[in-house]
Amino acid sequence: MNLSKKRRAFLNSALALISTLLIPAKGYARWDETAYNEVDIADSIRSIGIRNPGELRDASKNIELSLPEIAENGAIVPIKILSKIPKTERIFVFAEKNPQPLVSDYMFTPDVEPFVASRIKMGETAFVHVIVLADGIFYRTARQVKVTIGGCGEE
Amino acid sequence: MDKTVRFRVRLKDNIADVKIMIFHPMETGYRKNKHTAEIIPKHFIHTVKIGHNGKPIMEVHWSRSVSKNPYLNFRVPNAVIGDELSIAWDDNMGESGAGTTTIS
Repeated sequence: MNLSKKRRAFLNSALALISTLLIPAKGYARWDETAYNEVDIADSIRSIGIRNPGELRDASKNIELSLPEIAENGAIVPIKILSKIPKTERIFVFAEKNPQPLVSDYMFTPDVEPFVASRIKMGETAFVHVIVLADGIFYRTARQVKVTIGGCGEE
Repeated sequence: MDKTVRFRVRLKDNIADVKIMIFHPMETGYRKNKHTAEIIPKHFIHTVKIGHNGKPIMEVHWSRSVSKNPYLNFRVPNAVIGDELSIAWDDNMGESGAGTTTIS
């Protein structure tokens, strides 16, 4: 083994060690209280590891996002997301005008399809942003939902 | 087993379409008790872990913006009759719940 090979082997093992340290034993990130407490959409998007939200790649054609155009009841807004981007690892959902915009983070292994459907609360008419992390790159799509009765404080 | 989780699974072409409902108030911390006008404390599930035959396949993080009695639909490929699906949840008040089902 020559020197550069040795160095590469050392770097690889060091990198492997670092990534083991970063990923908790169960393989996933911990629930990040700071990210879920951000109150501004831009800070909220930065909190998941995006330095410049302007650099998000548009993926409106590769992320299938189903949301109602008008939600009569903001307490129950159905959302369905299918990512067609290869190696999708995570799908984040943000409701832009909720008191804390980050709604959810779905982490997928290759043993599950990059698809999820759920129901979210929306305080008022706003854009819902979906950000997909695939192979280390962040992609975004968004759609506006008109909310008739807000679903954060009411009975 | 607790009764906080209800499953509905449909198997088609070796893909399990899994629908889960968790009974949970998902309080935002912004609602007031109508009678006392006191704020109802935030109370929400923040983590859900999903397993297939004991192997972790998906993890979910939620905020208080997820609707009451959360509904979750996902799809598990390479599934066959007899496989076990499991979920476990944790909330911000230290409560937790779990459920399993066998694909039939």
